[in-house]
Amino acid sequence: MTPEQRPNLFLRAYDSDAGYKFRRSPLTVLAGLILVLMIGAAMLAPWIAPFDPFDKASIDLFNALIPPAWQSGGDPAFLLGTDDQGRDLFSTILYGTRTSVFVGAISVALAVCAGVTFGLIAGYFGGLVDAVIMRIVDIQMTFPAIMVALLIDGVTRSFMTRDQHSEMAIVVIIIAMALSIWPQVARTVRASTMVEKSREYVLAAQVIGRGSGAILARHILPNVMGPVLVIATINLGVAILGEATLSFLGLGIPAGEPSLGTLIRIGNDFIFSGERWMLIYPGLTLALLVLSVNLLGDWLRDVLDPKLR
Amino acid sequence: MTHKPLSSLCLVTALALVPFASSAQTLRFAAQGDAVTMDPYVVEEVFTSGFLGNVYEGLIRRAPDLSIQPALAESWELLSPTHWRFHLRKDVTFHDGTPFTADDVIYSAERVRAGASDFKNRLAADTEVVAVDDHTVDFITTEPNPILHYTWANWYIMNRDWAEANNIGNADKAAAEESYATLHENGTGPFRVETREPGVKTTLTAYDGWWGKGSVPMNISDVEYTPVPNAATRVAALLSEQLDVVFPISVQDIARIEAAPNAGIKAGPEVRTMYLTMNQWRDTLPGSGLEENPLKDRRVREAIYRAIDIETIHARILRGRATPAALMVAPGVNGYSDTFKRYDYDVERSKELLAEAGYADGFSFTFQCSNNMYVNDEAICLAVSNMLAKVGIDAQANVQAKAQYLEAILAPNMDFGMAMLGTTPASLDSHIALYSLHMCPRADENSAIWAPEDQGQIIAGKSNFGGYCNPEIDRLANEILIETDEDKRNALINEAWTITTEDVAYLPLHQTWAAWGIRDKVDLQIRADNVFDWRYVVMPE
Repeated sequence: MTPEQRPNLFLRAYDSDAGYKFRRSPLTVLAGLILVLMIGAAMLAPWIAPFDPFDKASIDLFNALIPPAWQSGGDPAFLLGTDDQGRDLFSTILYGTRTSVFVGAISVALAVCAGVTFGLIAGYFGGLVDAVIMRIVDIQMTFPAIMVALLIDGVTRSFMTRDQHSEMAIVVIIIAMALSIWPQVARTVRASTMVEKSREYVLAAQVIGRGSGAILARHILPNVMGPVLVIATINLGVAILGEATLSFLGLGIPAGEPSLGTLIRIGNDFIFSGERWMLIYPGLTLALLVLSVNLLGDWLRDVLDPKLR
Repeated sequence: MTHKPLSSLCLVTALALVPFASSAQTLRFAAQGDAVTMDPYVVEEVFTSGFLGNVYEGLIRRAPDLSIQPALAESWELLSPTHWRFHLRKDVTFHDGTPFTADDVIYSAERVRAGASDFKNRLAADTEVVAVDDHTVDFITTEPNPILHYTWANWYIMNRDWAEANNIGNADKAAAEESYATLHENGTGPFRVETREPGVKTTLTAYDGWWGKGSVPMNISDVEYTPVPNAATRVAALLSEQLDVVFPISVQDIARIEAAPNAGIKAGPEVRTMYLTMNQWRDTLPGSGLEENPLKDRRVREAIYRAIDIETIHARILRGRATPAALMVAPGVNGYSDTFKRYDYDVERSKELLAEAGYADGFSFTFQCSNNMYVNDEAICLAVSNMLAKVGIDAQANVQAKAQYLEAILAPNMDFGMAMLGTTPASLDSHIALYSLHMCPRADENSAIWAPEDQGQIIAGKSNFGGYCNPEIDRLANEILIETDEDKRNALINEAWTITTEDVAYLPLHQTWAAWGIRDKVDLQIRADNVFDWRYVVMPE
């Protein structure tokens, strides 16, 4: 088959059931657009942002506390105004979004890897393995995500030097968020695996003598990925919020390196003094980002859930 | 008028739920960080010793205008230039009921000079303390010292019996060796500690047996102290009347509180000088990766000085509520002179100096900063770090809360290339600033600076964590101490300040203005040294 004979990927996606559901929901389209725009801008931050917030030499305190460009006293060079150090708020938000999305995506990816692996093993083999894994999941689920993160942060602080800890801050947040998300994935995958493993195609694979690993990876995995996709999307929002919360509490990303949480924390100090743009725009960015992710997650659930078809 | 039983019931219930605990006599007070310990000799830090000044008392105290007042000593006289006699008050009891006697002063004089006491400079090691009778104590010094008692306002007197019964031992900085005195107190002051949860809440009640009752307008019976690190939270709590007094108020919030109908601001210049200390004694500079320590070079220190645009920090971060400083002591401290000028802000000259010293491409170091100790400290730190980047110096700001910050920069760790601190001379005289901050921190002339084995004995230069050392200053400081002629003494002080300024021993930044947020109808006295004396608080009845 030559490539021309095959309808291209975009058209296939457009004509699919999912594509149809997507087109029919203006809210989902809007959410998708916003998300693509925000993530795109964040990823391209080094090229789009007018200033580099990591370049300390370019930050001039003389520019501190300039309001957004359209307010009186604003400067067109600083679209959303500047913070108390004279950093351009638009640039720091772009870089901050990048950090937040990066932390969110990596921690969800880690959680999915761990959750899928343990869920498949628990569901397929059952018995003692299942009991052990599921009890660990149960214990993990009783701790709220923020508490797990605070615990890890405290433990790492106790055995690392300060310098090591500030270098490791992002890793600590990622691990904390991943740890709090993986149990949900594991549970869902285990449930689906238990259903799938008694299906004929699995029995057939067993009969022809394929190994357990191959059966899990080649046969069962593709059939349990639907719900995982939904959970992963919704938890991307949770992870981004988690990072923001930790940074807001001063436990996450070190000062001087923007993430949406640190920006909101700094802005919070100016909530009474009238320089509200330092709080409003990073806050709005975070809210829009998480809302869009959640709306897309809902759409994905509607598409993939056979009961809703 | 229609009568609605249901709604009046609701109203009554609602009123019953209004917390009346706050009525009149409880002072609810919040500051940025907590008092580090209840042991008055462990750490010399303005907030901690100011807090403890309401629980413990010294032989003397400072009035709201910072003049010296008698406290546990009724009066004192000079029998000879080296022989002081203090007459103690007779009606004083400690919080556990034990009467206060000369023996407690002897004990306090021993303990304040022992172990890892941070107040060793209050009393020279060779000063003899003798009890003449139960209520008379003599201090016999080897050299005349006209300002012997100037620093005693926060040398608090502890009770020997209580200390020995609870086996509190000597002061120790290591948190692992907490003593009974870390969490408990037995002072003579107007307030006693009721409950103490470090970092969370401390409650105190007025001590019924306090000797000074009636001498001050104080009408509070309880104090509830809560550390609130976040500036906006403190302001919100004040505006919603959950707190009566909050300190400090960030400069950006002053206008908002002044505009509020239920709260106000009391503000004024502090005698605390904010400064940057530069590590001049370590052979390698923390965080630099270099083999040598560039900050040993005077030119490099001047380059850093010249790279800092103090006027912009003053205008943008402190919004005009500060006084840029050229000296390590503030106006109002004896020995201050406005003839000293700051090195001009000059980026080009700074780069030249760095090039001359061989650091044209700059270098990096660890810059330790606090975020809950001083007015807008985090913002000032980041601004300084950004300014240094413009001359190629990468000052890696490490911003931490007070406890972790102090642990990093004080002896024995002293893990910094540069750090931001404030200094309030306890005697309000230049001598103590020269003595604690500028004298060589070493056991004797032949030992190394901050030699680990000698650290317990270092008294002169005990706060000189940057390790500035110039024997000429040591000589001058010793001369100043014993010089009794005021003009000659002030000339010596001026000479010393000229040398330290020329050496760029430190980098003085400014004196900030202290701003206290106070709920309407609450009256209090603010002091330029930021000590909050609860005896002057009058709450509405």
